[in-house]
Amino acid sequence: MLLIDCPYCGPRNEEEFSCGGEAHIARPLAENPISDAAFGEYLFLRDNTKGVFLERWRHASGCRRWFNAVRDTVSHEFIEIYPMNSKPKSKAGKAAFAANWRRTTDAEAAAQKKGRKS
Amino acid sequence: MADSDLDRGMNSLGNSKKRYSAFSLARNAMSYHQNWQQAWRHAEPKSEYDVIIVGGGGHGLATAYYLASVHGLTNIAVIEKGWLGGGNTGRNTTIIRSNYLWDESAAIYEHAMKLWEGLSQDLNFNIMFSQRGVLTIAHSEHELKEMSRRVHAIRLNGIDSEVLNPAEIKKFIPTINIDQTIRYPVMGGFLQKRGGTARHDAVAWGYARAADDLGVDIIQNCEVTGFRRRGSKLVGVETTKGFIKAKKVGCVTAGHSSVMAEMAGIHLPLASRPLQALVSEPIKPILDTVIMSNAVHMYISQSDKGEMVMGAGVDKYNSYAQRGSWPVPQHMIAAAVELFPFLSRLRMLRHWGGIVDTCPDASPIISKTDIDGLYFNCGWGTGGFKATPGSGHVFADLIANDRPNKIATPYALKRFETGFLIDEHGAAGVAH
Repeated sequence: MLLIDCPYCGPRNEEEFSCGGEAHIARPLAENPISDAAFGEYLFLRDNTKGVFLERWRHASGCRRWFNAVRDTVSHEFIEIYPMNSKPKSKAGKAAFAANWRRTTDAEAAAQKKGRKS
Repeated sequence: MADSDLDRGMNSLGNSKKRYSAFSLARNAMSYHQNWQQAWRHAEPKSEYDVIIVGGGGHGLATAYYLASVHGLTNIAVIEKGWLGGGNTGRNTTIIRSNYLWDESAAIYEHAMKLWEGLSQDLNFNIMFSQRGVLTIAHSEHELKEMSRRVHAIRLNGIDSEVLNPAEIKKFIPTINIDQTIRYPVMGGFLQKRGGTARHDAVAWGYARAADDLGVDIIQNCEVTGFRRRGSKLVGVETTKGFIKAKKVGCVTAGHSSVMAEMAGIHLPLASRPLQALVSEPIKPILDTVIMSNAVHMYISQSDKGEMVMGAGVDKYNSYAQRGSWPVPQHMIAAAVELFPFLSRLRMLRHWGGIVDTCPDASPIISKTDIDGLYFNCGWGTGGFKATPGSGHVFADLIANDRPNKIATPYALKRFETGFLIDEHGAAGVAH
């Protein structure tokens, strides 16, 4: 059983949380002319890292607020917990953010063009 | 699908192997079973192969076997980083059925079912295929109606399926609790009589022995660490035993498919999750079928040794840890006790997890890639075991002919761009 440190409520049992999958995926804005391939990529392709992974979590049975986490998918260790709309500060988190293929994809570019931040 | 489409690659055994039979069992008993022939060679990699299959589980070994027996290719290697059948092939709950809702799913799972029926003979290896029936239970009026609709769709595809009422279920499974006052009352169910179980290790061993007999090199303890390519053409794989040239490479690596794809610069729409299972201490025969329940979320059968074999859904977060989180088996056992109260007094013997590659539409990917000569067969998620022969059969066809056949076509990676998904979420039961 994992003990997850909710930034708002403190350490709680993992059963209270739901995992929202990969973090920092920018949604292409609807008015952007975007190809089927780029939108399919946004909708379906997910980073599936073995090792340090950046993901979103929600304290579903508690405060119901979202937060981001840097977690190791092999050891299940939570390396860092950080707020939504911010980037990881830990060394492992920064490296994982930089290494992600998604930062330069068409769907990302379409979102970034409108000045939207992930 | 017509039976004539089914090239089973029969009569393949006998090049270098002695046949297994009741007579050979008796003969070997005379020498205290000391002189059995080795089932497959411990091959070392050659410098070049026509086809390399990455992943020595059921699907990979089946692919190699059908490449050799149906398509006549013999310069093939299966590369496995651990031991043969040590991944999800040896970790599943061995359930086989083909009662899927959509036509595309019915085609591939029924293709597999027809190969299962007769696989022991094809491979000359007793895979202990037992068509003991798979019963999926409904716990609400709505679920029962949805089930009836599904049964009609399944029957339209020529696959056996029938709806049972609670009295018929009680007759079929005397140990079940059909009291209508419990939290999840049994309101009905649907049964596929041709469904059942097979001995999962024997499936890997049977395919390995038959493939080896046809000259396939099975290389264990050899991990693929990268792909080498020239332009958009694949030239071989880097492994812990050195570089091996290959004209074609098929990846059948289940939970590690994303890791393999990343090595080739390809991104797949997969999430790797633990799927857990557990077995109880062995007891006398009490359950001679497979029971599944979507609402309480578990499935149960009894192995030939007498252990109650149980499983449920995947864990809720990505993991490569092959163990999984504790709340999942807790819920699974609570659900099992609800249906079979006698289970509460059983002790659990073993509990484990395997890493499954789940797809957004809960259907597999059997596809070419943008790299010439690189193919993927993955995304089977929680239900790959039942498809093993069919998956290997169509994947071998894809690799040999470099184009998908009718069954494999809908399973191309392209569907995540076109939107032609094969949405089996909820339609397929718990163990997809």
